[in-house]
Amino acid sequence: MHNLSIKRLVEALRAKKFSSRDLAEHFLARIERFQERLNSFITVTHDQALAAADAADQRIHAGDAGPLTGVPIAHKDIFCTDGVKTSCGSRMLDSFVAPYDATVVARFKQAGAVMLGKTNMDEFAMGSSNETSYYGPVKNPWDLARVPGGSSGGSAAAVAARLVPGATGTDTGGSIRQPAALCGITGLKPTYGLVSRYGMIAFASSLDQGGPLARTAEDCALLLQAMAGFDPRDSTSIDRAVPDYSAGLDKPLDGLRIGLPKEYFGEGLDAGVARVIEEAIAGYRSIGCEVAEISLPNSGLAVPVYYVVAPAECSSNLARYDGVRYGYRCEDPKDLTDLYKRSRGEGFGAEVKRRIMIGTYALSAGYYDAYYLKAQQVRRLISNDFKRAFEQVDVIMGPTSPSTAFRLGEKANDPVKMYLSDIYTIAVNLAGLPGISIPAGFHDGLPVGLQIIGNHFEEARLLNVAHKFQQETDWHTRAPMEA
Amino acid sequence: MGWESVIGLEIHAQLMTKAKVFSGASTAYGAVPNTQACAIDLGLPGVLPVLNEAAVRMAVKFGLAIGAEIAPRSVFARKNYFYPDLPKGYQISQYELPVVHHGRLDIVLDDGTTKTIGITRAHMEEDAGKSLHEDFHGMTGIDLNRAGTPLLEIVSEPDMRSAKEAVAYMKRLHTLVRYLEICDGNMQEGSFRCDANVSIRPKGEQRLGTRTELKNLNSFRFVERAIEYEIARQIEVLEGGGRIVQETRLYDPIKDETRPLRAKEEANDYRYFPDPDLLPLEITADLIESVRAELPELPDAKKERFIRDFGLGPYDAAVLTATHELAKYFEDTVRHLGGSPKLAANWVMGEVSAALNRDGIDIAASPVGPAALAGLLKRIEDNTISGKIAKEVFEAMWSGHGDADQIIESRGLKQITDTSRIEVMIDEVIAKNPQQLAQFRAGKDKLFGFFVGQVMMVSKGKANPAQVNEILKRKLAG
Amino acid sequence: MALTSEDIKKIAHLARLQIDEQDIPGYARNLTEILALVEQMNSVDTSGVQPMAHPQDVSQRLRPDEVTETDQRAHFQQIAPQTEAGLYLVPRVIE
Ligand SMILES: [Mg+2]
Ligand SMILES: [Zn+2]
Repeated sequence: MHNLSIKRLVEALRAKKFSSRDLAEHFLARIERFQERLNSFITVTHDQALAAADAADQRIHAGDAGPLTGVPIAHKDIFCTDGVKTSCGSRMLDSFVAPYDATVVARFKQAGAVMLGKTNMDEFAMGSSNETSYYGPVKNPWDLARVPGGSSGGSAAAVAARLVPGATGTDTGGSIRQPAALCGITGLKPTYGLVSRYGMIAFASSLDQGGPLARTAEDCALLLQAMAGFDPRDSTSIDRAVPDYSAGLDKPLDGLRIGLPKEYFGEGLDAGVARVIEEAIAGYRSIGCEVAEISLPNSGLAVPVYYVVAPAECSSNLARYDGVRYGYRCEDPKDLTDLYKRSRGEGFGAEVKRRIMIGTYALSAGYYDAYYLKAQQVRRLISNDFKRAFEQVDVIMGPTSPSTAFRLGEKANDPVKMYLSDIYTIAVNLAGLPGISIPAGFHDGLPVGLQIIGNHFEEARLLNVAHKFQQETDWHTRAPMEA
Repeated sequence: MGWESVIGLEIHAQLMTKAKVFSGASTAYGAVPNTQACAIDLGLPGVLPVLNEAAVRMAVKFGLAIGAEIAPRSVFARKNYFYPDLPKGYQISQYELPVVHHGRLDIVLDDGTTKTIGITRAHMEEDAGKSLHEDFHGMTGIDLNRAGTPLLEIVSEPDMRSAKEAVAYMKRLHTLVRYLEICDGNMQEGSFRCDANVSIRPKGEQRLGTRTELKNLNSFRFVERAIEYEIARQIEVLEGGGRIVQETRLYDPIKDETRPLRAKEEANDYRYFPDPDLLPLEITADLIESVRAELPELPDAKKERFIRDFGLGPYDAAVLTATHELAKYFEDTVRHLGGSPKLAANWVMGEVSAALNRDGIDIAASPVGPAALAGLLKRIEDNTISGKIAKEVFEAMWSGHGDADQIIESRGLKQITDTSRIEVMIDEVIAKNPQQLAQFRAGKDKLFGFFVGQVMMVSKGKANPAQVNEILKRKLAG
Repeated sequence: MALTSEDIKKIAHLARLQIDEQDIPGYARNLTEILALVEQMNSVDTSGVQPMAHPQDVSQRLRPDEVTETDQRAHFQQIAPQTEAGLYLVPRVIE
């Protein structure tokens, strides 16, 4: 059962080959079996899941099934879930039981999905290895000594290990695509404004975007269908019609113009990863695509810009965690300042504190122009690079990550080294573009992800391009030994 | 050396929306603590702001009323600081690009001249909650009902030169926002709050002196007294060889003095930046035109019309248009009366205003409404009662004894206009006072008044005074 | 820009973060390295470039002035660290 795609699960449930409850029990048992090894979940909602599965079965029997009725999923613990602990991977919110549902969560409920639990993540989504979680690191199911990537590492590892057929994630600088790549699954970061941010705990508001992780592009299309769409409660949500993401998956790719940014294949890219990506591109050529080298001249500045914009926004977004209305509060504060400083000092981990401090500094009097304003200007240049590129090509391709999964602890004490593991993903967030990572092969037994970037609101095209590759290859069907 | 004081005001006017500026929670005043603080007002993790259209329209309305520029594109920014009544750790406000800028307002000075006060900007922002300092085991309680209430912060140029000018400006603004129906102006409830920036400089000097910011000025009187105190204090400091420290000072109405707010441990660094949760606010020409169409008649235009259409003098017209409510009361009275604006004006400015003042009542809550007042004035016009009796009837109406006709009827106050009855009374009075009659006829004209008084007394004030005069003149002449 | 321990203390105070004395040199080193990375931005000329605060060039949507929220105080205060009489309690605020 756990090797079936979401598409097959929906069909089997409709055909009553098994019940939603059977499915939920099966996956819950797997989650329990692998939890100690992978640590991919923070909360498992066992009882609620079974109740939801029973309700799904009734809906199916009543002929009233929604598009995902009975399908088990997991939510990254950054999405608020009414009545269920929502920790954001932080001690700060260890006691936080959300009093409302995020729009994304409500939409999955509406579509009939059964939530099995909340997945582990880097604290407040700040990290690329899942090592900053208050709940301990997630392990990569392909090699338990390695990281799964981050910050949606719990979701990626759980999907790769077949603990759940699909999960949600969020991507601020690569947090869906990079763990998808490192765990050998498919992960889509939608256009900024396509998926509501309401109830998704903010890290960097102008960059954050929720999206799906699953094994195939076909399944990502089904999940995205449930997530996407205008939300009046999010001012940055875009009011435009949502296409049918499954409808065009099989369209032939003849004449598709693929751009390869030369900046994505230079220094810093692991040779083994480069080889896998080149083979994947050759595969596209063989099915009729045109490949051209392009340039995104300001690519090298994406990481520097990001480490101003994201910390600046986070320093303000995380000011609400003050120990007053919810969340962690220190013992016996001696005065107000003490309450603030110790609640925040004890509630946040080191990486979160680093980023709050960088952001505070970048916005402070005398530094705003040199850091924040400068970053916003370079951001424009980076965005313009993509605009120009999409006048020449339909999609842009390259590696998702410069290397395969690295060892736990390898970069944990070197923030800058860690930050550079997102060099190929960050620019996409700065420009608000959609990007997908798909399994493209293996290097030394570890998965390699191919990143495909599209123009704004071109998710359907990305899914089509990814799906055609998955019809020609079987990388996405490989399961880790541990699973 | 002569000193010149330089004053600028920052006024926070609470906009009269039903819901908050970024959330759907109610703005109603006086609710049980924290029952009107929704997830957004509390700054729960994951919540997002969405802007209230009515708040935007009110800001635009204000901008149009002060002849300001309305920014086609303005930006919401975050003002970051930690305080328990500020749930998100930042206030959403406008910083570099406010929605309204470069406006002006005319004030009338004591000598009757007009002065124009520049309005630098007016921007939208959210209010904070309230800290309650009653003793909760040595702790402070936080009520977030007010958090997220829409405010318009109106910043003037430093154009005022005395406390009186500052108060005149503030009153004018107070009148205006109520005319526009964008703010209820209730100062006790904090709907209209004022901070004053005060500095002094030697007369003739162009550069501004160091200013202090005065807070806690919650009445017109406090604004005047605080500024006067502060000007005197600054003069004393400078003349004593000291220097003014730029600081925030609190006005203490009991001691009638200003004193520094407990020295803050550090200078604020608000780290303003554009709020990434809110997009640039674009105000289209269509929106501006639809707001313009809703714009009520403004005080100056109304005053001109009162002079032109009602034949009122400039002073009366100014008094009657001082507030939207008073002007409306007056116009309604004239409408019910079907004319006679001067009679209505005299009564509204005279008896009605006096009674309101005496009882501390707002004109909108007057026990004698415009229709009832017109009912009374009609009886003066048709000679049913005299002006003097009318005052008695008005008092009875004020105390809730019914309308004018009921009171006139039940108390028998109807004027006596029957010539033969008046003649009988006059004959009686003349017969009773032969000595005065002789003196009058001997040339002591002043005694005419004595006879009128006697006749009015006999008639219990009900005899028609004009008729009494006329008949008395004839009879006394003999 | 190399940050000193003093700088770290100032920034941490502005951000209301308690940092253990022994951790300050580490933060100073990390933040200095991050700033060095960030300052690579200065390699490009941005004069005249319009700053980009949002990834989409759209304007703010407005919502109608309607009260849509009801009292959920009890629900929201269940997760509060300390309340009394419906108020959130904090150490005494000195005015
Ligand atoms: Mg101000
Ligand atoms: Zn203000």
